[in-house]
Amino acid sequence: MIEVDVEATLGDFALAAKFLAPSAGITALFGRSGAGKTSIVNALAGLLTPARGRIAVRDEVLFDSERRINLPPNRRRLGYIFQEGRLFPHYSVKGNLLYGAKRIDAGTFDRIVTLLGLGDLLRRRPGDLSGGEKQRVAIGRAILAEPRLLLMDEPLAALDAARKEEILPFIAALRGALDIPVVYVSHAMDEVIRLADTLVLVDAGKIAATGTVEALTSRIDLRPLTGRFEAGAVIRTILRGHDKAYGLSELAFPGGRLRVPHIDLPLGTPLRLRIHARDVVLASAPPSGLSIRNAFAGRVIEISPDNGPLVDLRLDIGTPAEPVMLWARVTQRALADLRLTVGSPVHALVKTVALERPSPGGGRGVTEAHEAI
Amino acid sequence: MLTLTPVETEALLLSLRVGLVGTVCSLPLALLVAWLLARRRFVGEQLLNGLVHLPLVLPPVVVGFALLVLFGRHGPIGAWLDSTFGFTVAFNWKGAALASAVMGFPLMARAMRLSLEAVDRRLEAAARTLGASRWRVFWTITLPLMSPGILTGAILGFARSVGEFGATITFVSNIPGETQTLPLALYAFTQVPGGDPPAFRLCVIAVIVAMAALLASEIVARRLDKRIRGVP
Repeated sequence: MIEVDVEATLGDFALAAKFLAPSAGITALFGRSGAGKTSIVNALAGLLTPARGRIAVRDEVLFDSERRINLPPNRRRLGYIFQEGRLFPHYSVKGNLLYGAKRIDAGTFDRIVTLLGLGDLLRRRPGDLSGGEKQRVAIGRAILAEPRLLLMDEPLAALDAARKEEILPFIAALRGALDIPVVYVSHAMDEVIRLADTLVLVDAGKIAATGTVEALTSRIDLRPLTGRFEAGAVIRTILRGHDKAYGLSELAFPGGRLRVPHIDLPLGTPLRLRIHARDVVLASAPPSGLSIRNAFAGRVIEISPDNGPLVDLRLDIGTPAEPVMLWARVTQRALADLRLTVGSPVHALVKTVALERPSPGGGRGVTEAHEAI
Repeated sequence: MLTLTPVETEALLLSLRVGLVGTVCSLPLALLVAWLLARRRFVGEQLLNGLVHLPLVLPPVVVGFALLVLFGRHGPIGAWLDSTFGFTVAFNWKGAALASAVMGFPLMARAMRLSLEAVDRRLEAAARTLGASRWRVFWTITLPLMSPGILTGAILGFARSVGEFGATITFVSNIPGETQTLPLALYAFTQVPGGDPPAFRLCVIAVIVAMAALLASEIVARRLDKRIRGVP
């Protein structure tokens, strides 16, 4: 486990963050700018000393104010990938990569260099690398120091969209290729959904909630933190079938199957989907005479207490044993016309899904939006 | 063509020796002071800062006299050095080196401090997270990144040393072959009838030395800068 319980006062900002996260996979610290995410990561790395608290990673105590333990940053063995890369300008790329590498053999070095596509850059200087290249070198440098945990502080924030797409697959590939847990700081929900297994919501110096990405994104009460306009539920599916004649693929989840245009992945691949609330249409009776084929019967679980013209509904379209949460955004007027209340049976029609990436244990990352059929 | 007379050669070589020894010996101390002032907050910080800058604002004669009182054969430090190590700086070239080092110290420490303050501490933090101890960070990150400032400081200190006059003549007098550096020899010529032509020749030599030092520092600083920034 990654155990964090820190209190610190930074100017007039009070940090009091406490959470437990599994020491496997990617844990995202998500919140607005200035919520205290970077301070938490700095405390983990030992770059910020909390006034009180305890930090432990895989049972090794890094900081404990009561027992007066405070390992210096160089003895914590946490790889830190900063927003701005922070490559050493007076070292070559190779020099940067080897700076923290103590017991790395040539084979491991080559493997990491290949994984991150750094082969052609080794002799270059940080000064003439692109932003994306710099970040890849920074990732390689941190990994080669053999950390027990990788900290990534918005590693993509300084990059444009194209460069982000250049880096994201590498980060996604890390989880498969290396068994290093990652704490990933971000304020972009799409990155979090694509990468993270565990989500820690940070708000005003405190932890608002901790849980799986699927659980937290489906909670209406957390919507102010998880993002209103990008609001959507995340569901786990498995690629179950290909319909060659129509060029379709079928994604199974408890309670039904979604049909999407052909996905070029082997059957059985777990895939995580994000379905935006705005892409779900509701009907009170089974729909007919519609082009939308992805319709699922379910029940209304929750209605957000909103005063505006739009209202969000949480639906369960799964089975009694395995509920699957979906969000739908409709107008107050529609809600009244359909006479929907908590518990009402309803049919959800899904217009579009976003394929985020294979779920934990899966292969390479994919991101594309699909018109559902 | 300029051919040097024995007197000129002697004065020039002595000046260079005094300047080099003074600069090299005070370099580590200047680095320490620069580091203390740039990175540490401590009681007496302003006092140290003032002390370091004092030679810059005091009349050099005052500095020379203070050195004479402290490091003279009968001064508290001078007497101790003599009895403990049999080492004396009174009225010899080592005294001249000490005087010029003290006078050059503020320029040196200041240039180093400024360059140290310009070092990106976030790079040092990054190095710490990669397992480097404070000491290793200093040698592999801080020092290389501030090297242009160290060089500038050393050149400024050296140039100031070579040109030092007031403190030197007050502290160790004007002894040909022992303490008579270039400016002191120049001064001696101006005090005798018909000394203007040789004084003028020394002037030219002084200008050449100073220009050479500045040019050398410029070239080396550019190279260092390129290395640090990594631009080809």
